[in-house]
Amino acid sequence: MSDLTHMSIAGALKGLESKDFTAVELAQAHIDAVEAAKDLNAFVTETPEIALKQAAESDKRRADSKAGALDGIPLAIKDLFCTEGVQTTASSHILEGFVPQYESTVTANLFREGAVMLGKASLDEFAMGSGNTHSYFGNVINPWKGEDGKPLVPGGSSGGSAAIVAARAAMGATGTDTGGSIRQPASFCGITGVKPTYGRCSRWGVIAFASSLDQPGVLARSTEDCALLLQSMAGHDPKDSTSAQKDVPDFAAAITGDIKGFKIGIPKEYRMDGMPDEIEKLWQQGVEWIKDAGADIVDISLPHTKYALATYYIIAPAEASSNLARYDGVRYGLREEGEDLRAMYEKTRAAGFGDEVKRRIMIGTYVLSAGYYDAYYIKAQKVRRLISEDFTKAFEQCDALLTPTAPSAAFAIGENEDDPIKMYLNDVFTVPASLAGLPGMSVPAGLNADGLPLGLQVIGRPWDEETVFKVGGVLEEKAAFTALPQSVIRKAA
Amino acid sequence: MSMDKETVRKVAGLARIQMDDAELETMAPQLSKIIDWIEQLAEVDTDNVEPLANVVNINLALREDKITDGDCADKVLANAPEDVQGFFVVSKVVE
Repeated sequence: MSDLTHMSIAGALKGLESKDFTAVELAQAHIDAVEAAKDLNAFVTETPEIALKQAAESDKRRADSKAGALDGIPLAIKDLFCTEGVQTTASSHILEGFVPQYESTVTANLFREGAVMLGKASLDEFAMGSGNTHSYFGNVINPWKGEDGKPLVPGGSSGGSAAIVAARAAMGATGTDTGGSIRQPASFCGITGVKPTYGRCSRWGVIAFASSLDQPGVLARSTEDCALLLQSMAGHDPKDSTSAQKDVPDFAAAITGDIKGFKIGIPKEYRMDGMPDEIEKLWQQGVEWIKDAGADIVDISLPHTKYALATYYIIAPAEASSNLARYDGVRYGLREEGEDLRAMYEKTRAAGFGDEVKRRIMIGTYVLSAGYYDAYYIKAQKVRRLISEDFTKAFEQCDALLTPTAPSAAFAIGENEDDPIKMYLNDVFTVPASLAGLPGMSVPAGLNADGLPLGLQVIGRPWDEETVFKVGGVLEEKAAFTALPQSVIRKAA
Repeated sequence: MSMDKETVRKVAGLARIQMDDAELETMAPQLSKIIDWIEQLAEVDTDNVEPLANVVNINLALREDKITDGDCADKVLANAPEDVQGFFVVSKVVE
C-alpha cells in the first residue's frame, strides 16, 4: 500500500476514477503512514475516524458519478483553520480544548470538493515562528536529516503541514503565510508551497495573527498538486470583506512549461552579505534553468528590501496584539481564576501564551501605545508602501521574480533560539512579498552539501498566480527533484 | 536599553499579561533588542508617503441590511469556561 502514499494528487484522482483503488484504501494507507510518522510530532489532533468516514462517503459519491474536484484526497489541515466539531488550538495552550462550532471557508471549500481530513497539523503558536519550535504541543521534527543525524526544524509556521507532506503521510496540506510561513517550511522540507495573492482565499475561520498579511495557501509535492488544491480553496467569500470578488483562473492549466519570451527579474538586493555559497549557487542554477527555457533574465532593484523585516516586525506584532486581545478567559479557551476580572485576564493570558507570543504582543502593544504610535506603527506603514512600490516598479520591467526562498537549509532544533532576531532573519526573502500582498511559491530545487533540500522562490504580480505557477512549473521540470527524506527511504526499504 | 523593567511592567499591564519580576528582567533586554533593531526604519525618508494599511484596493461591498444569522446561543456558549442560563459568567465587576 505504500505506493499509494507516494502518488501525486493528480495521479490519485486518476486512480480513484479508474477504480484502481478506493478512497477508503487511500485514506487507510495515509492513516497508517501518519501512525508510522508519529515521531515527527506533526499533528496536534489526528482524525482517522473522520478520514475513514469522509473516504467512505467519497467512494459512494464517485460510484454515483457525483465526485468533486478533490474527492477522496487525504489532506492535513493546519491547526489554525477552524474545523467544526474538531479541536482547533493554533498550537496554543490558551485554545487547548477549543472546539469550533463552525467551519472555516477554506476547509468548507475543500470538503465541498470531497477532500478527506487526516488531522490538524501543528504550527508555531498562533503562526508566530520560523521553526515550529514555538508550539505548546512540542517541536515538530523535519523528516529530513543532515549527515550528523541531529533533529532539524521543519521550518515554520506551517511546520506540521510541511513535515507530514514531505513524509508521504498526507498528499497535501493547508497552510497560512503571514511572512513566509508556507514558503519557508516548504523549502526546508523539500516540497512545493504556494501563498496566493492577499485576498485570493478567504480568511474567515482562520485564527487571526496579522490580518493585513495573513493568507491561506497550500503545501504539496508538485506545482500541479498545489494548483489543484488552491483551485478548490480560493474564491470570494462574503464573510471576509478582504477576499476579492475576482474569478479564480485555472491554475493547473497555467503550468504549460512554456515561458519563452517571459522576463524574469533578479533583485540585486537579495544578494545579501554573508549569504551561504550554496544558496548563491542554487540561485545561479535557477537563473540558468530560466534562460534554458527561453525566458530573459532582467536585473532589477528593490531598494527598500533591507527594511522589510523591521517593517514586518512592527506591523505584524501590532496587529497580533490587537487580534489576540480576544483571548480573555471569558468566551472560550483557558481561564485561570483571579481575585477580580483584571487578575483573571492577566493570569489567563500569562498561563495561556508562550514566550514568543508574549514577546510579540508586548512589542505590538508598545508600538501602538500613546506617544509611540506615529514613530513606529505609522512609520512602518509608510515604509510598507515604499516596499510595495518597489515591486510595482519592478513589475514594469519583468513578469515574475526569482529568488532563494530562505537564506539557509533547515537548521537544528535549538539553533537560533538564543536570539529572536536571528530566528526572524529566516524570513528575509519571503517577508517583502508578504508586505506587498504578492503571490509567491517555493519549489524544491536541489540539495545542499549536507543532503538537505533548498527551495527557489517565484514572486508574481498581484492576482497573477498563473505566471507564478508557469515559472514554478519550469523550475520543477528542470530541477527534477526526486530526493526523499531519509525516514521515508528507511520505511520503504 | 530602550525598554527598562518599569516600561515592560507598564506594557505588560496594558497587554493584560501577568509578569513577575524575574520575567520582567528577562523580557526587558529581549524587547529592547528588538525595538533597537526596528528603529533602523528611522533612517528611511518617508516624507510625503501615505501609510499603507491594506494591500488590496477593494472597495468594501455593502450587503443588504438584514439579519443573516443568530439564534445560536448554544453554539456561542459551547466553549465558554463558565456559563449560566445563556450568559457568560465572570467575577463581580460592579460593587
